[in-house]
Amino acid sequence: MTTATTAAARFGRAASRVPDLVFRSTSGVLAWTTVAILGLLAILLLLNSGEVLGTFGISFLTGTTWDPIAGIYGALPFIVGTIASSFIAIVLATPIGLLTAIFLAELAPRRVAIPLTFTIELLAAIPSVVFGLWGVFVLGPFLSKTVEAWIVSTLGWIPIFAGPPFGVGLFTAGVILTLMILPTIVAISRDVITAVPDSQREAMLALGATRWEMITKAVLPYARSGIIGAVILGLGRALGETMAVTMVIGNRPQVPQSVFDSSQTIASQIATTFNEASIGLQTSALIGLGLVLLVITMTLNIVARLLVWRVAGPGEAHT
Amino acid sequence: MTAGTVAVQPSIAARLTGSRVGRRRTVVDRSMRTVAMLAAFLCAAPLAAVLFYVAANGIGALNLDLITKAPRALGIGGGAANAVVGTLQMVPLAAAIAVPLGVLGAVYIAEFAGRRSARIIRFCADVLVGVPSILIGIFVFTFLVLPFKQFNGFAGAVALAVIMTPVVMRTTEESLHLVPNALREASLALGVPVWRTVLSVVLRTGLPGILTGTMLGVARAMGETAPLLFTALGSRVVNVGDFGRPMDSLPLFIYVNARQPVDALNQQAWGAAFLLLLVVLIINVAVRARSWGRRIG
Amino acid sequence: MISRKLRLTALALGAGFVFAACTNNGATTAPTTPAATGPAATAAGPSTPQVPTGNVSLSGAGATFPALLYQVWIEKFGEANSNVTIDYQAIGSGGGIKAITQQTVDFGASDAAMKDEEIAALPSGTKMLHVPTALGAVVVIFNLAGADGTKISKLNLDGPTIAGIFLGKITVWNDPAITALNADVAANIPATPIKVIHRSDGSGTTNAFTTYLAAVSDDWKNGPGVGKEVNWPTGDGAPGNDGVSGGVKTADGRIGYVELQYAVVSGLASAAVKNANGKFVQGSSAGVTAAADGALADFPADFRAKPIINGAGDDTYPIAAYTYLLVYQDQTDATKGQALVAFLYWALTAGQGEEKAIGYAPLPQEIQQKALEELHQITTGGSAIWPM
Repeated sequence: MTTATTAAARFGRAASRVPDLVFRSTSGVLAWTTVAILGLLAILLLLNSGEVLGTFGISFLTGTTWDPIAGIYGALPFIVGTIASSFIAIVLATPIGLLTAIFLAELAPRRVAIPLTFTIELLAAIPSVVFGLWGVFVLGPFLSKTVEAWIVSTLGWIPIFAGPPFGVGLFTAGVILTLMILPTIVAISRDVITAVPDSQREAMLALGATRWEMITKAVLPYARSGIIGAVILGLGRALGETMAVTMVIGNRPQVPQSVFDSSQTIASQIATTFNEASIGLQTSALIGLGLVLLVITMTLNIVARLLVWRVAGPGEAHT
Repeated sequence: MTAGTVAVQPSIAARLTGSRVGRRRTVVDRSMRTVAMLAAFLCAAPLAAVLFYVAANGIGALNLDLITKAPRALGIGGGAANAVVGTLQMVPLAAAIAVPLGVLGAVYIAEFAGRRSARIIRFCADVLVGVPSILIGIFVFTFLVLPFKQFNGFAGAVALAVIMTPVVMRTTEESLHLVPNALREASLALGVPVWRTVLSVVLRTGLPGILTGTMLGVARAMGETAPLLFTALGSRVVNVGDFGRPMDSLPLFIYVNARQPVDALNQQAWGAAFLLLLVVLIINVAVRARSWGRRIG
Repeated sequence: MISRKLRLTALALGAGFVFAACTNNGATTAPTTPAATGPAATAAGPSTPQVPTGNVSLSGAGATFPALLYQVWIEKFGEANSNVTIDYQAIGSGGGIKAITQQTVDFGASDAAMKDEEIAALPSGTKMLHVPTALGAVVVIFNLAGADGTKISKLNLDGPTIAGIFLGKITVWNDPAITALNADVAANIPATPIKVIHRSDGSGTTNAFTTYLAAVSDDWKNGPGVGKEVNWPTGDGAPGNDGVSGGVKTADGRIGYVELQYAVVSGLASAAVKNANGKFVQGSSAGVTAAADGALADFPADFRAKPIINGAGDDTYPIAAYTYLLVYQDQTDATKGQALVAFLYWALTAGQGEEKAIGYAPLPQEIQQKALEELHQITTGGSAIWPM
């Protein structure tokens, strides 16, 4: 595997002629454009949210009232909605995803693993809006009659599981997000598990461990940081999902009291109100929300990649 | 072994005679492996469910009318031509912007850049892939919609290009790394200038990987809705060629028609979703079929 | 081939006659003048605005309340004038006002007249004209399966009960407040929980509905209040009239508020609301016309009328509102301005005939006259596009 080397080392003096310099500079400019876009995005969000942050300060993040008419902007309902829906997704997707990755990497025979891996990767290709359409007409009604009704009837006395199971709200959004981040968790976990050296496995088996014990006691601990990275990347994707969530979450800008309440995420709030935001600070407030989302997702993304690199090396681009 | 010996040293006996402890480990082993298998199929099941429902509801609505007729009041006699035409214009334009940007950018990282520059650019590309697409929409809105006070299809294409570029860049970079150095050296030894070497030898060799990345990027761009909400906006009018005015797209069409109270329009949403899903999955299958064989093992 | 001019005028004449005949039903204050006195009825010639030649494309954005009507209008006008393309994006009254203020569209649409602050936010030196185009009813739609399994299609509700539901105080369908008003079907109303669907975007429909709620409930008046957007005590948000009706349609137990035609096209039942005379009235074109006629005296000179709430009359529907097209008085693009005026003229004349069939109410004749006269004010480059 070659790594990037300087033009001089690779091409020597051949790279110093004019057409080559032009080519090199052009491609350089284009490459740095990516960096510029990211930088500009961050600066843009910072500048345009300055107004609302200056007016409200920290209460922008802690306030629970989002009232454009009164001019009060507190982002907590959306922060809670975003984190809660993604948390549900992580809670559901991590065990299923990890077990699946283990199955695909360690247990399944090749002729089962290949089509199954393929199928699960295709799940990642389904557009968000198609998930949303399916969620509104199929999953929502299904969940409200089965899973949600059951949870409410058995656990409904706990406030967080209370309330009529309408099929629209935090829980349904969480389930859809689970489906959307499963491929990410499975693919990356599978890669890091495969990257664990065979010597670890063989040593464990030689000590008399069963297959499962070998996996849980040798492979997983070794791959642990990579798996955590996979989960965090999945979390990052869940936090930024817009369309599927906005179609099933209920668009209610209040802090939810129960998982079956309607709620609102940052991305969904921006999507539904940005185009007609005009009263006073409203646009600045929405961009402030965007800034919060950017900070959260970027931080998670960076942390996750560092964790994954530690185990699997700075390898493929998982898009 | 007498019964007395077993009573005195149960652990050794247990392991050797496969009694409770050993059996428990076997049971755990077998059952967890079954659980893992169930989990894997549980993962694949939703895809089947989504495909099934989209196909079942959409197949009836996917007809020539849907693709060729413009939207009409209450959906009667109308279709999604505005969306089809919009997607067919914005996505290729986005690719026309993203592919040169991504490929040449990857060329720079893989062939010319110093280690630190390469790491910074690569890092930013990876982070950009993870940025929520709605923020990209705000970004492009500020530069390409607000100054002109006009929602336009060009801004939509640019937003899609911003989403595609890092994908193309990273996959191209990987395929460039796989090109053997010997090829480069041979070309240079023959006196071919560097730029020509890169274009004709390296890129040509890495072409399959570049195509993969491009097609995956295209498939992703086709399915994006959020960045178009503030850029291309959407349009009921079939807009052919006028990138200075709003344009529709298949995902936008689905989003709008999914929430309509009119059954005919919901049907059109399913039909458009079926069409979109078919195209996206075909691209993904065609592209990944080549590479998964290599990866699994 | 009959020239477009003649065809349009003939249509206008015909519409004018039909219109005059219709507005005589029950109207008390509208003068029974024959159609011939309206500007639409004068002989064909320069007194009707001309459609420009060559391709023109207009873009508009705004209210979903009249969107179903505008879609029909745009199709019909487009058939008559194929060189004019009109693209109307229904994004809500709030979005429409913002779009026309920022001049990202050629015309805006809103059922809530622009507030003073919104007018102050217009680019300096410009003036916005409110052109009323139609009236509509805001109806309360619901989706409820009865205890016998079939969908309930008739329900009586009064102001305080509706306010109680939308305040979140009444949370189940068989609440005594509701069953008391529906003695004959009370046994069939199940204990399903009520889920409110309201607007998530800035909406003229919300403006009209909350005006009604504030009028019938002090708790509402002192609480969420009136406006295109309010703090809803309960319920989910959906974008547009289409989103609300779609949302109510998706599941059992839901209630929402939309313009009448959305209830019709979605096949949803709407409640009979108790009006000022104590009668339970369904939303209808006639009920809205009655309300409009009763409020003619209150119609302001700058056209910025408030929603018409609890008008007197046995057949009057209690929640009615005008809807407007918003255009700049001075059009910077002469061709577009011309096309705009021609379209507005058509809407105010031939277009009025389309309304009753789809549940909207045509403008009272007095208002139609005023609106047509308003069109004379539209100028480009200093001179009127349609001179008097």
